[in-house]
Amino acid sequence: MIPMSHYLIVSSIMFFVGVYGFIARKNLLAVLISIELILNSVEINFSVFNRYLYPDHLEGMFFSLFGIAISAAETAVAIAIIINIYRVAGNIDVRHIDKLKH
Amino acid sequence: MEWLRFNDTLHIDLGILLDPLSVMMLTVVGVVALMVVVFSIGYMKGERGFGRYFGLLGLFVFSMLGLVVATNIFQMYIFWELVGASSYLLIGFYYTRPAAVKASQKAFIVTRFADLGFLIGILILSSYTGTFDFAALTADNAAIAVGPQANWAMALIFMGAAGKSAMFPLHIWLPDAMEGPTPVSALIHAATMVVAGVYLIARMFPVFQFAAPDVLVLITYVGAFTALFAAVIAITQTDIKRVLAFSTISQIAYMMVALGVADVAASTFHLFTHAFFKALLFLGAGAVIHAVHSNEMSRMGGLRKFMPITHITFLIACLSISGIPPFSGFFSKDEILVAAFHHNPVVFGVLLLVAGLTAFYMFRLYFRIFWGAHHYDRPPHEAPPIMTIPLIVLAVLTCVTGFVVPVHIDWAIASAGVVAAVIGIVVAWRFYAKPSDAPARLAARWAGFGQAASHRFYIDEAWLWVTRRIIFGGISRPVAWFDRHIVDGAMNAIGSGTVRVSETIEPVQGGKVQSYAILFVLSVLLITLLVFVLC
Repeated sequence: MIPMSHYLIVSSIMFFVGVYGFIARKNLLAVLISIELILNSVEINFSVFNRYLYPDHLEGMFFSLFGIAISAAETAVAIAIIINIYRVAGNIDVRHIDKLKH
Repeated sequence: MEWLRFNDTLHIDLGILLDPLSVMMLTVVGVVALMVVVFSIGYMKGERGFGRYFGLLGLFVFSMLGLVVATNIFQMYIFWELVGASSYLLIGFYYTRPAAVKASQKAFIVTRFADLGFLIGILILSSYTGTFDFAALTADNAAIAVGPQANWAMALIFMGAAGKSAMFPLHIWLPDAMEGPTPVSALIHAATMVVAGVYLIARMFPVFQFAAPDVLVLITYVGAFTALFAAVIAITQTDIKRVLAFSTISQIAYMMVALGVADVAASTFHLFTHAFFKALLFLGAGAVIHAVHSNEMSRMGGLRKFMPITHITFLIACLSISGIPPFSGFFSKDEILVAAFHHNPVVFGVLLLVAGLTAFYMFRLYFRIFWGAHHYDRPPHEAPPIMTIPLIVLAVLTCVTGFVVPVHIDWAIASAGVVAAVIGIVVAWRFYAKPSDAPARLAARWAGFGQAASHRFYIDEAWLWVTRRIIFGGISRPVAWFDRHIVDGAMNAIGSGTVRVSETIEPVQGGKVQSYAILFVLSVLLITLLVFVLC
């Protein structure tokens, strides 16, 4: 059986790649993809902890399923927002999206 | 009837107290109010605000009756303020005249100031006796009220009474209150409201006598001084209503002296007789003013031919206030003189002098109004019957009220009083009945004193100085400065400080999502690090 730490290493790498992408990428779509990476790494953690620590329970698995469903909905909303931003601003560079501040 | 309960022992009741004192006051208030209301129908005919006038008069009579029948000091205080308020409204009846507005405000503020003392006195008294009730306070020679605080409490209550009854130095509002309609002056500022202070002290007299005898001494001296002081000023005034106002102050001071020398019966007797003849004097003055349309004595003279009824009734009232037998003033004044004589010869001397001065200034008024010669463009006419009938009724009462109370007359003292009065009358007759240069010569010799007296000894100015300089300049202005610069300044500093802080930290929220994210991640890392380091 694969040790639990391997899963956790993978999910940690995914998490920090996501964080880096969220901070460093300029394209809103790439930022969105980074968020998805972060969420997925968290869901891996849920599943792994559930499977290894409490094998006779299923809450972690279900929480992952919820997370996947919610991230799907969130992605749909985010894509809609990005499309609207593109229509208004003409690009989707995250550095230019600070109009709400003024 | 219980009205307001504070704790197990202290509660305010409302009720009706009927005893000889309150019945006497009810008679006075009722009769004088009836006469004044009837007189007013003629006097106020055609004035603007005829209905408002009678409404206010009704309010006043209601509050005065409530004051008289109050069973406890707090109920009395409530009605005390109500008579003050209706007095304010009636003095300011001619609200288009700036002088009337000023006078009403002055009356209100001065009496309010005195009532502050009254209220504090009530609170002190009730805090250690645990009751407001007159009967409980005065029972058993006021045993309940004896205590170290009694002097302060009763002195403060006397301050309230002094404000309402226009005792020196709180008398300044009463002469100005003459800006109101004359019948109002007759009712409120001569017969009823101004004697409320006397009534209050008479009502609480056992408390004064047994718990705070020092205050009685204070009352005696304040009263004697005020009596003399007001009589001297009355000699120099030329406005007939002001003469009467100062005469009222002087006569109320007489009653105060009687209270101070522990003769409540004499005091209330004088209150009783004074109410009728002073109301008669004021109503007579009202009839005269109605006829010649002026308050100034110099615009009058020789009116006895034009207004015979007013003339006769006014003469009766003048004789009565001067203390000539058999009119009512003689009996009550004699009672007071006797009481003062047995108590303190100095006070007696002052009162005797005041009796002479009273006769002098009343007859100066009388001779200048009704005798001498004066040319009128339009001959004045006698007042209509609705005004003369109250005059006649009051004149009859003035003649008979002296016999209502059986009094023992001490002829030695009575004759001294009568002699003083006769001297005053004769001097007034020599000076004013015929053209004479004696007043002018006398005025020239006593120029400085006369000037001071006609300016009412500059007491008003002194008060103005006190209020302007000391209260406004010394207290209000620093407090206002403190409010504007320290309190408001602190608030402004908080506001502008917040604005400045937020402007400084504004760049942190640059609207850039990624800079937020960096901050967020770095903060989480920092916190994690701290947790690891510290734990």
